[in-house]
Amino acid sequence: MKGIRFIPDGTTLRFMRISRFGYLASGILCALSLVLFLTVGLNVGVDFKGGTVITIRTEQPANLDQLRSTINGLGLGAAELQEFGTPNDVLIRIGVQDGGEEAQQAAIQKIKDALGPGVDYRSVEVVGPKVSGELAQEGIVAVVASIICVLIYIWFRFEWQFAAGAVLSLLHDVVLTIGLFCLLRIEFNLQIIAAILTIVGYSLNDTVVIFDRIREFLRKYKSMPLADLIDFSINSVLPRTILTSTTTLIALLSLYIFGGEVIAGFTFTMIWGVIVGTYSSYFVAAPVLLLFGTERESKKAEAKAAVAARP
Amino acid sequence: MFNIPRWKSLAILASVLLAIILALPNVLPTDTRAKLRDYGLRPVTLGLDLQGGINILLEIDRKDLHNRLSEQLVGDIRSTLREARIGYNGINRFDSGVRVRIAKPEDMDKAKTELRKLIQPLDTGFFGGGATAALFTLSDQAQQITFSFSEPGLDAKVAGAIAQSLKIIEKRVNPDGVVEATIQQQGKDRIVVQIPGVQDSEEIKRRLDRTAKLTFQLLCESQPTSEGQNPPPDCKALPVKDEPQNIIWVQTSSRATVDGADLVDAKGTFDQNNNPVVSFRFNTKGAERFGRLTRDNVGKPFAIILDDVVVSYPRINEPILGGSGQISGNFTTQETNDLAIVLRSGALPAKLTIVEERTVGPSLGSDSIRAGLIACAIGLAAVLVFMVIAYGLFGIFADIALLANLTLLLGVMSFLGFTLTLPGIAGIVLTMGMAVDSNVLVFERVREEWKNGRTAINAIETGFRAALGTIVDANVTTLIAAAVLFGIGSGPIKGFAVTLSVGIITTVFTAFTLTQLIIAYWVRKTRPKEVPL
Repeated sequence: MKGIRFIPDGTTLRFMRISRFGYLASGILCALSLVLFLTVGLNVGVDFKGGTVITIRTEQPANLDQLRSTINGLGLGAAELQEFGTPNDVLIRIGVQDGGEEAQQAAIQKIKDALGPGVDYRSVEVVGPKVSGELAQEGIVAVVASIICVLIYIWFRFEWQFAAGAVLSLLHDVVLTIGLFCLLRIEFNLQIIAAILTIVGYSLNDTVVIFDRIREFLRKYKSMPLADLIDFSINSVLPRTILTSTTTLIALLSLYIFGGEVIAGFTFTMIWGVIVGTYSSYFVAAPVLLLFGTERESKKAEAKAAVAARP
Repeated sequence: MFNIPRWKSLAILASVLLAIILALPNVLPTDTRAKLRDYGLRPVTLGLDLQGGINILLEIDRKDLHNRLSEQLVGDIRSTLREARIGYNGINRFDSGVRVRIAKPEDMDKAKTELRKLIQPLDTGFFGGGATAALFTLSDQAQQITFSFSEPGLDAKVAGAIAQSLKIIEKRVNPDGVVEATIQQQGKDRIVVQIPGVQDSEEIKRRLDRTAKLTFQLLCESQPTSEGQNPPPDCKALPVKDEPQNIIWVQTSSRATVDGADLVDAKGTFDQNNNPVVSFRFNTKGAERFGRLTRDNVGKPFAIILDDVVVSYPRINEPILGGSGQISGNFTTQETNDLAIVLRSGALPAKLTIVEERTVGPSLGSDSIRAGLIACAIGLAAVLVFMVIAYGLFGIFADIALLANLTLLLGVMSFLGFTLTLPGIAGIVLTMGMAVDSNVLVFERVREEWKNGRTAINAIETGFRAALGTIVDANVTTLIAAAVLFGIGSGPIKGFAVTLSVGIITTVFTAFTLTQLIIAYWVRKTRPKEVPL
């Protein structure tokens, strides 16, 4: 019993030939992301800026306008309300209250009193001003630390040029993810940090598979030009990449569609990460190798220089 | 590689069987589960976001601790100087300590010797063997003596206060010992409280962040006649419960005060008029002091003060010598029960504030479980079908390995007592994708070798060997990211890191063992001339 081939054998796509377009596209997108980040900024959730999020379920479909005016009348600052999954579910978000940590607790009590009975409090999250600052710091440290750890690992297992390629592609993925979040105004919270870290892992997984093949072919085909060799390597792992990305996307899509509202942001980020991570392995990590060369190239250059220097 | 020794095949099959047994409690009916628990077999622990519950982070209020310590010091300085008959012009507290002015220059030396006795060193290390530090340092200039807080001393006090608070909070959260609460220290000055299945988070919070410092103090001779008046020396102005306009002056001297720390019991009951009250009982020392205070002051009112609010101020009708009494003050039954619990647990050494709270209602928790299960089932089914479409017979092999992998994951998580959170379910879904990847890597490599003109058996062997190296490299990087996530993340995020890490390990394990075993068996059985890929 044989399966169906989705990718024909022996593809000879010239990835390196179009790599400069890849650079261009990635460069523009990264620049746009940074501009968006600096101008529009992230829609930062309570985890990082503090505040309160309450999700409630009402017996009848909720009247958002009425709820909004009730809550805005409490003097807790402008409250954001939105439907959360179904018409009966509402997410209420208020900012950090002045007056320290206790004021946050007082605010929840006020809201609970104002909404009265007949409301099911599905979840309450309160992050005080102090903790939110720490969480933001921890999030940044986590992403940076994981990138550094990975850099060291790849450097150790391969050559520094590979590590540089991998890290550039990781940064690319992280920057584009942040850009997307600025663009779509999706809430950026701790879950998203976790998702980004997973993207880091996944994107690397792909990159390492390609690198592994490049390293193998470098030993096998000593005289093949680097660009051709990289193309050859990428083409030979292409079926694997497409298949793995497809199965992962199938699993994630199922989670996105059926997994409920609470985890939707996380899953969305992961789906984006699989796509952008796969792209960057091909169009960022591998071309960077071409740019920096490998040990083999630098040895060749040295040998040539030695020949030239001989009188 | 096709000659896998018999012991090895058996070991591989045994480990899969073991995983099935370990994972079994998750799918069995509840009453069978209870029996299995005796053998250490239990279903996976669900995180608070799945079973519903409350997660609260409390932080000790350093400023409050500071205030209490300097207040205590002021009292100590006063009585020391009084006993040594040294005159002083004033004692005042400032941000980082206390200053005292000695009246006569000739008393300075004596004052210094006497006051130095107040700064005993504190133990800052564990088990008494560690370094010691004084809470204050002493300095003097002209006729002024300054006590300044020392950082190591304060840290030691904070550590002590946290240790004490942990015990008190345990009693408050779990007065009857039936709740499965987790109460842990986090960092230097924080406490995490996690309670599954709580319906009313407000009730729990009222118990947690209340200091519950109870005192009985005599009222001052004079009482304020207008707003904003300053109380006379040795008196303190306090607000009254349920009477926002009313301010009462109470005496602060220790002779006019009985501390609630000597309480041995408190419970919520009703008085003869059927109003909810808290009845309490003192230990011998407390009973004696309370008896003396009430005997000496019959006919005068005294204030019952809880956390700097006067709860009530009844008149002492007769001496209370038995050491027990009642606190009334317009309470609801709920309030008296809460109050009794916090009084029994004792007063917190310093104020605790809630700096973070995450509550998930039971309805959302069960919805999340249902949604997660449906998503997993559909995702799994889709992946299983896809693999068969893409690889045919080998796809079935991969599916068997995937199912074994997920069973291993669930078994390990259940047995080791790791917590499954909603992001953790996402980790499982992601593991499905990654687990399939290891098989895809092998199959693609085998196919390549086969296309390169090797014989079927040779291609399978070479392909396998070459792919395993890649599988390890590719998974170690993800494991690194997961480890960082585990180290830095908290709560649900940690749950994700756990499933992801365990998933990666089981994935690599199955790739090296079960997949290899299945294919080896197939090769030996069929002696293939062709690779069906």
